Amino acid sequence: MRLFNETYNLLKKEILLEWRSKYAFNGVLLYIVSTVFICYISFNLNPGFRSSQGYPIVWNILFWIIMLFASVNAIAKSFMQESKARLLYYYTIARPQAIILSKTIYNAMLMGLLSVLALIVYMVFFTNDVGDLLFYFIAVLLGSISFSTVFTMISAIASKAGNNGTLMAILSFPVIVPVILLLIKVSKAAMDGLDRAESYGTMGVLLAINAIVISTSLILFPYLWRD
Amino acid sequence: MKFIYQTWWKVLAVVLIFYTLIAGFLIGVPRLPILHETIRNTYFHVPMWIAMFTVFTISVIYSIKYLQTGKEEYDLLAVECANTGLFFFVIGLVTGMLWAKYAWGAYWSNDPKQNSAAIAFLLYCAYMVLRNSIDEEQKRGKISAIYNIFAFPIMVVLIMVLPRLTDSLHPGNGGNPAFGKLDLDNRMRIVLYPAFIAWSLMSVWIATIRYRIRLIEYKKNSID
Repeated sequence: MRLFNETYNLLKKEILLEWRSKYAFNGVLLYIVSTVFICYISFNLNPGFRSSQGYPIVWNILFWIIMLFASVNAIAKSFMQESKARLLYYYTIARPQAIILSKTIYNAMLMGLLSVLALIVYMVFFTNDVGDLLFYFIAVLLGSISFSTVFTMISAIASKAGNNGTLMAILSFPVIVPVILLLIKVSKAAMDGLDRAESYGTMGVLLAINAIVISTSLILFPYLWRD
Repeated sequence: MKFIYQTWWKVLAVVLIFYTLIAGFLIGVPRLPILHETIRNTYFHVPMWIAMFTVFTISVIYSIKYLQTGKEEYDLLAVECANTGLFFFVIGLVTGMLWAKYAWGAYWSNDPKQNSAAIAFLLYCAYMVLRNSIDEEQKRGKISAIYNIFAFPIMVVLIMVLPRLTDSLHPGNGGNPAFGKLDLDNRMRIVLYPAFIAWSLMSVWIATIRYRIRLIEYKKNSID
């Protein structure tokens, strides 16, 4: 019960801080919109791209690549912005599980909101017929949750090891590959409007990976947080 | 830890490896379409992965032990096991690729298992880079142990679970002949299972020698 309370309060603090500055939200949103726009003008340099045969496949994969880079950049900040003094203060008032849990939930909420907005912006520029729009949104939400669980733990590791962006990328990309493969599979099925029941197995594996990642982070973070 | 200084299992490893080398080439094999005599590669390709899994598992166990106790030796053993695992990974990949050249027509054919293996390789390379990025010994040991434990379940998912979800050219997937229940007869079993044990012991042996060298260096460099 204390864990729940601490998590709740830390989460409230994260959201409050973000609400006051709106730095992460606006920053990542701008990052996504400008990336989408760059992709839009670059692809449209080639006439006939919209009607080419591979367009739906490129549409699906490009979205996930944009989301991948946006979430790495957004979540890498989650431990780096904390000052040493503030971390020291956390040690005295909360248990480590509450800290990693609140960060993960906060990142999942932030990325969930951002990825839905990103998908809307993306669909304005890159028009495409999505067979099962609701299911595609669900896949995107699931994706942002999966990105958050993996990247939050990796950013905790990277922040202890010198805080550079390269390390964050090389540590997290191999770990995120199975997740992104499954996500592309689920979202492709949603885009083609296939029967939802066919994707349940893949989503089950995705949820299982999330469960593994969250439980390993809960076990490992207490060893990581103290210097 | 006394186990690594004993001799009997090293002798066993050598004897078993010679046995699999001789028996692997001489004992008859079932004739299967496409595979034919290349099925003998099973004796050399699959044990490399088993050996890799053995040392990676030991590496994770000692990473956990390191986090619990903070003994420097455990960290050294974990990193040397990971190094040896990477070595066996490369041999496993090369033996598979040579075989694939004859069976599939290309060294690399976008097979899910090949791709997963390549990603698992990146995972452990990242572990090595992470180690190099930290100077302070205890901090390095702690953080890399955490990453090692974090990466291991992902590696298992990559190599064991994901390729089974998709069709693959690889024997054992998508209806291809393999050493499943139906295709592997007893003549192959008496070579393959000893080969698993032999190469696992071999990998442990290599890892322990590397560990002992590191331990000597470590003791030489320490102050007391």
